[in-house]
Amino acid sequence: MTVVQPLKGPAPIKPAARDSGDIAINCNVSKIYYGNFLAVRDARVPIHKGKITGFIGPSGCGKSTVLRSLNRMNDLIQGFRLEGDVHFLGQDIYAKNIDPVVVRRYIGMVFQQPNPFAMSIYDNVAFGLRLNKFKGDYAQRVEHALRRAALWDEVKDKLKASGLSLSGGQQQRLCIARAVATEPTVLLMDEPCSALDPIATRRVEELMLELKQDYTIALVTHNMQQATRVADITAFFGVDISKGGRTGYLVEMGDTEQIFQRPREQLTQEYISGKFS
Amino acid sequence: MTDTTIRGAPIGSSRVTGAGPAPILVHDWSESRALRNVTLTAGAWLVAILAAVPLVSVLYMLIVHGGARLSLELFTELPPAGFEMGGGFGNPIVGTLVMVVIATVISVPIGVLAAAYLSELGPDTQLGKASRFLAKVLTGFPSILAGVFVYAVIVLAMGSYSAIAGGVSLAILMLPTVVLTAEEAMKMVPRKMKDAALGIGCTRTQMIWKIVLPTALPGILTGVMLGVARVAGESAPLLFTALFSNYWLTSLREPTASLSILIYNFSSMPFENQIELAWAASLVLVLIVLVFNILSRLFGRPKY
Repeated sequence: MTVVQPLKGPAPIKPAARDSGDIAINCNVSKIYYGNFLAVRDARVPIHKGKITGFIGPSGCGKSTVLRSLNRMNDLIQGFRLEGDVHFLGQDIYAKNIDPVVVRRYIGMVFQQPNPFAMSIYDNVAFGLRLNKFKGDYAQRVEHALRRAALWDEVKDKLKASGLSLSGGQQQRLCIARAVATEPTVLLMDEPCSALDPIATRRVEELMLELKQDYTIALVTHNMQQATRVADITAFFGVDISKGGRTGYLVEMGDTEQIFQRPREQLTQEYISGKFS
Repeated sequence: MTDTTIRGAPIGSSRVTGAGPAPILVHDWSESRALRNVTLTAGAWLVAILAAVPLVSVLYMLIVHGGARLSLELFTELPPAGFEMGGGFGNPIVGTLVMVVIATVISVPIGVLAAAYLSELGPDTQLGKASRFLAKVLTGFPSILAGVFVYAVIVLAMGSYSAIAGGVSLAILMLPTVVLTAEEAMKMVPRKMKDAALGIGCTRTQMIWKIVLPTALPGILTGVMLGVARVAGESAPLLFTALFSNYWLTSLREPTASLSILIYNFSSMPFENQIELAWAASLVLVLIVLVFNILSRLFGRPKY
């Protein structure tokens, strides 16, 4: 096993204002708006360190919206407005003096569609390192990241080939390698398997279980079986259509086993037994 | 069950439960549908060929009239005077190339940065909408007006016709093509790739420089080449800005020869030699544009 050198990245975020305990991200969203549209309300979702937190729920329940607000990816959407706060290791990332670009370097993201850059496999993984002006052994670091993503054996002889030449499942693992190369603290995964076939899905799931030894993972999934297979803790989101619009909210959250075996809420029970989706 | 019929037989007749004649699936050329299909296809072919006629005939004329005179001395010698025989157009080739390079050096950085703004930074801002509209207007801008404008702004100020003035007037004509095609090329870069860049912690500037521009490079080069092809043959703006010169270029601040002005001058002269040279120069001009196009295709191929 190779030894990982510490990443000399941007200046570390200042020491936690208050002890965050075993919570990596304390998401305390009371409302998320897109323009005048209330997309999400009441989503208090603590993301525990070293665990996989699964977000499940029907379409339009705002699970992706909540996930993307954890590293301020929603800032790029016009009209986005968040009420409440999101604390990352004790710091409110929506505070005025926070630089979202730095936040995203600590909280990496893997997207629904595999999205490697139009460059070589090697350069894809080294991209984040170069971005952070990493001084050290790039080749070793790239190999390490590709091994972490369980992709090394498949690509070690063609590191100069295009990242886009890989199959969908390989591309997604390349994206995971790219995300972990810079050793982020938290990985956000937004339905990372929805564009993959069952075999590739299985590999990515195994990978997530591997990765949780070093990373905190928040996973949005449309697939309840996936949540039962990989998530330690599950948050179930529902859709409230009572006020005309479609507003997502957190119905209940707990250990995955409890959510699927002994849900407290009627709605959760109906969802996991397949009465609606 | 149904009153829809195909070739006289009800549609339902071929179903499991329906009894009736087997469906007739063979071509029937007498049907109006088949006839319309053939006519329209033939019509489209005909029009496509008609559209190629002007281009092919111009090329044919150039090769027939200009090709005969093609030789190495055309590229090395100066244009002949009145009754002189021989000669070439070495200095107009240099002049055209120099002014196209000046135009490119001015219009590409401005055009690409403007395109980055239009595509990534402020696509829907008032400024973005206004400048996109103006760029579109500028694509149809009469080229002679670009010449008059540069005459007033640069030629009068410098006190002389010059390669610089010629290059600037060509840059004005090239700019909108570069802006609009580069914007289009950058918009073609998938949203998910841009999201990936931001998600890994790029600023928007880093996203543009490290991801959008390299990925869009082939498209941007195509735009630049379209611009070059457009201005390389321009004569009207150069009449007011670069004028012409019978001598080799020694300074960017003096009147400069160009192939298009040479063609314009020589084609109306009463001398056989000059008219032949005008034909040859036209052919060379087309070849130069062709070479630029091929080069851009070679270097603009997506690497990954």
